[in-house]
Amino acid sequence: MPESSSVLSIRELCKSYGQTVAVDHISFEVGRNEIVGLLGPNGAGKTTTINMILGVLEPTSGSISIESVDLERQRSRALQCTNFAAVYAPLPGNLTVYQNLRIFGMIYSVKDLSRRIEELIEQFELKRFRNTKAGVLSSGEQTRVSLAKAMLNRPRLLLLDEPTASLDPSVAQEVRSQIRDFAATGHGGVLWTSHNMYEVQEVCDRVLFLSKGKILLQGDPRTLPREHGKESLEELFIALAREPLMATERVS
Amino acid sequence: MTFTRTSAIVLRQFYLVRGSVSRLVPMFVWVGVDMVLWGFITRWLNTVSGSGFNFVPAMLGAVLLWDFFIRVMQGITMAFFEDVWSRNFLNFFASPLLISEYLGGLVLSSIATSSVGLTVMLLLATGVFGLSFFVYGALLAPYIMVLFMVGIALGIFAVAMVLRLGPASEWFIWPIPAVLSPFAGVFYPLATLPVWMRAIARLLPPSYVFESMRAILAGKPAHVSSLLIGASLAVLYILLACWFFQGTYRHAVRTGLIARYSAETAS
Repeated sequence: MPESSSVLSIRELCKSYGQTVAVDHISFEVGRNEIVGLLGPNGAGKTTTINMILGVLEPTSGSISIESVDLERQRSRALQCTNFAAVYAPLPGNLTVYQNLRIFGMIYSVKDLSRRIEELIEQFELKRFRNTKAGVLSSGEQTRVSLAKAMLNRPRLLLLDEPTASLDPSVAQEVRSQIRDFAATGHGGVLWTSHNMYEVQEVCDRVLFLSKGKILLQGDPRTLPREHGKESLEELFIALAREPLMATERVS
Repeated sequence: MTFTRTSAIVLRQFYLVRGSVSRLVPMFVWVGVDMVLWGFITRWLNTVSGSGFNFVPAMLGAVLLWDFFIRVMQGITMAFFEDVWSRNFLNFFASPLLISEYLGGLVLSSIATSSVGLTVMLLLATGVFGLSFFVYGALLAPYIMVLFMVGIALGIFAVAMVLRLGPASEWFIWPIPAVLSPFAGVFYPLATLPVWMRAIARLLPPSYVFESMRAILAGKPAHVSSLLIGASLAVLYILLACWFFQGTYRHAVRTGLIARYSAETAS
């Protein structure tokens, strides 16, 4: 079967809690070899969207397909080709780096797991932490372990929720470079959330601006600010975050 | 359903127990203490009662089987609490892991840890206090099986409750066996109980096991039919516990509780 051009397809996705609408009928796709930035102020609905894609939050309506597999109907199969890293989901700190990678490799049914673990330990420079408990590592080192776990199954869809939030600029640059390599060389796509607009501009092929659960804008992060009369992506972000409705009227 | 994913849960538990004295020691220390304590109590009762009744199989055997039931239940809850304490729900539940695979892993972990406790108890009870399980005959295996199944059912029910009510509710779980023991007739015949307690006892599979045990020791025929009722109830409770866990999990996914578990509420 030929590969579909998109690894993630979201249609009319909606999540509400009683009268409160967290995500309001959003639709978007993440293409193969594409890095899509999901931007928005705190409470915009980014993490809610990611949680729905990860199958830990049931949408009120709408559909999510990962590699053309419907998440609701075939949850395990869809998540088999997905993985994620997020600052709020650290790996168990009472297991060593190797033990964590071994256990999650088994959960994701990774073939030739021992070799894959060694590759990732090498790739993320974790050799000297191999037998160190994850909980005693620095936040930067823990992020690298989380990213190694996220790469275990060579995911078709990689979800990264603020992956560089606790990293120093040097390590953050390395991580960005590894994510870019992942998207460029493999068959997967990346959905990335970040509050660092410099990073987004450097890494993402396309960005989606989310505010109050709706997608207000989308486009190339390098050209989008100018198209909407702003100097930088950060300026555009601030305008949209402060006055989303007025800003979209002004920029459209 | 893949066995590899289920094995991952067991392997995680193995890694944790292997690397931690505080997890390893309780697996056999408390059951060992119970055997020593009740071993001497039953010896003393044998000397003072003068009735010729042997308290060792009646009481020490009962304590052993009851402790085994508790260990099975706690084997499941402890493996689950590891995910609560390490805030690992998101990593596990946002993966291809199925609920059946996860529960299967908890059950297998419990079999491994409770077997350690059972072995220690058997060594002490038979080696030091002369308890012979030959007096129970072939029924010993179904006794252990029924108590094992109830331990599994109660363990799954308990973890579902903690999943629903939040991490702090683990304190509801520890006293459950103690609350059930007066109704289960571990140490005395059910006829000793008032009518309302007997009615509850009939719903508890362990009560059938202990009644049957006492019948054998009294030289009466074993209550095989009532043991079958106990086994049927145990199977029913496992199915109900799995259904309850599945329902609780679905509720947690619907409300977003899984992703915000430490907050103990999705609202």
